[in-house]
Amino acid sequence: MNVPDDLLYTETHEWIKREGDNVRVGITDHAQAELTDVVYVELPKMDRQANAGEAIAVVESVKAASDIYAPVKGKVVEVNKALEADPGLINRESFGQGWIFVLKIDNPEDLKQLRDAAAYKKQIS
Amino acid sequence: MSDGAQKTTPLYDEHVRRGAKMVSFGGWLMPVQYTSIVQEHRAVRNNIGIFDISHMGQLIVSGPAAAGWLNTMLTNNIDKLGLGHGQYTFLLNERGGIIDDLIAYRIGDERFLLVVNASRTEEDFTWLDRHLRLSKEGRSQDRPGGLETGAPWNIDLTSRSAHFGGVAIQGPRVVDLFHALLGDNVDLPPRNHIVDFTLDGMALSIARTGYTGEDGVEVFFRAEDAAKFWNTVLEKGEKLGIKPCGLGARDTLRLEMCYPLNGSDLSPERNPIEAGLGFFVDLTKPKFTGREVLLKMTENGPPQKLAAFRMEGKGPPPRPHYPVFNNGERVGEVTSGTLSPSLNYGIGMAYVSASHAKIGSNIEIEIRGQKFPATIEKKPLYKRS
Repeated sequence: MNVPDDLLYTETHEWIKREGDNVRVGITDHAQAELTDVVYVELPKMDRQANAGEAIAVVESVKAASDIYAPVKGKVVEVNKALEADPGLINRESFGQGWIFVLKIDNPEDLKQLRDAAAYKKQIS
Repeated sequence: MSDGAQKTTPLYDEHVRRGAKMVSFGGWLMPVQYTSIVQEHRAVRNNIGIFDISHMGQLIVSGPAAAGWLNTMLTNNIDKLGLGHGQYTFLLNERGGIIDDLIAYRIGDERFLLVVNASRTEEDFTWLDRHLRLSKEGRSQDRPGGLETGAPWNIDLTSRSAHFGGVAIQGPRVVDLFHALLGDNVDLPPRNHIVDFTLDGMALSIARTGYTGEDGVEVFFRAEDAAKFWNTVLEKGEKLGIKPCGLGARDTLRLEMCYPLNGSDLSPERNPIEAGLGFFVDLTKPKFTGREVLLKMTENGPPQKLAAFRMEGKGPPPRPHYPVFNNGERVGEVTSGTLSPSLNYGIGMAYVSASHAKIGSNIEIEIRGQKFPATIEKKPLYKRS
């Protein structure tokens, strides 16, 4: 399973990429493989505030709906509209074009709560 | 099952070896998918797929009085079954509610095979066994020492579930597959019939039935032959594009056809008339459990009906328990829902007030607090083009 070293991770299978004051968030290759066949993505509302661990998006496979959680406290400043037309991007490019939203983070210190690639690899092994 | 004591089928090792994702289903550890529900679904619609159905129960009822007694326990008319013929039927409680939906086959002049849902096998057996005892006691008081063949003590009920396995092989290339397996001159039984074959020492009962809407068979065999038969079929079917399929594809395939799933669309609180399955109830039979309730509901019309619907426009797929609305008024609840892999839109079934269940009616499905438009459709939702 692909777990890039330059990303951070949550126990709930989100990946987090630091971009200055923002973080870009998606679900991991492991998560998309478990879900398979993503058929619908409900994106978070722009400008909404979210607490760490709050469910703010939904990824639906043929079989079930899964909540996607804000990894840290922040405000939604970008959402991936491309997923509305092509939810399968999450399966094909989970770490790239399949990103889901961008948060402007309240406190960069919060990122220390997240897992590094080694810890996440251990979790899913 | 919360106790962790998961039952496994004789094909469990094959599923794990082929990398299936295993999930708990009605107390059984079963494959939900091998690669992808959509890929497995398409294999069945376009070529052929094989499903493990060994978790389903297999009950045998035999004896000179078996047919007469089963006709009082089940809704369809078992007298219509010639040798080797099967029928879809219901086991009801006294309120007309559905304990189980099943297929009854006449596999001997006085011998019947009941193929029942996995999660209901024990309940069905207990129910039938209790009623058989009651009728035996009742009759022995009426006529002590009665010897006539119609007497209930001439009936034997057994479960062969633990010693038998089964697979469903479904898809338009099933005839080609069986010619490759059994020889070009061998004919599969006609629709809803069951025939015995022997293949390389394995005794097979092959029924032309299924739960996908495609041509197909369900094959029953002794548990010790399960892995050998499974692997033989996959090997012979490789050129035909066969795929092992899980419960995920089984569910999307059956829902496109509007075949009900017990526990979701059918329950002890619902009867076959509400479910739109009155075709499998013979009300001209003088006596069967639940008859009076069904007779009354047929006369008055059911207050709610199990209706098929499709989502309109873009939106999330429907799921079980989502509320159904019409003009702000709650009129029902979804029992099954998914994104249809064949049609590529959301489909489902819901119990809806009879006045809103007409084909073409506009309804709304509430999903996470937001209402999405849907339309009541004719069953089945999917038709072969």
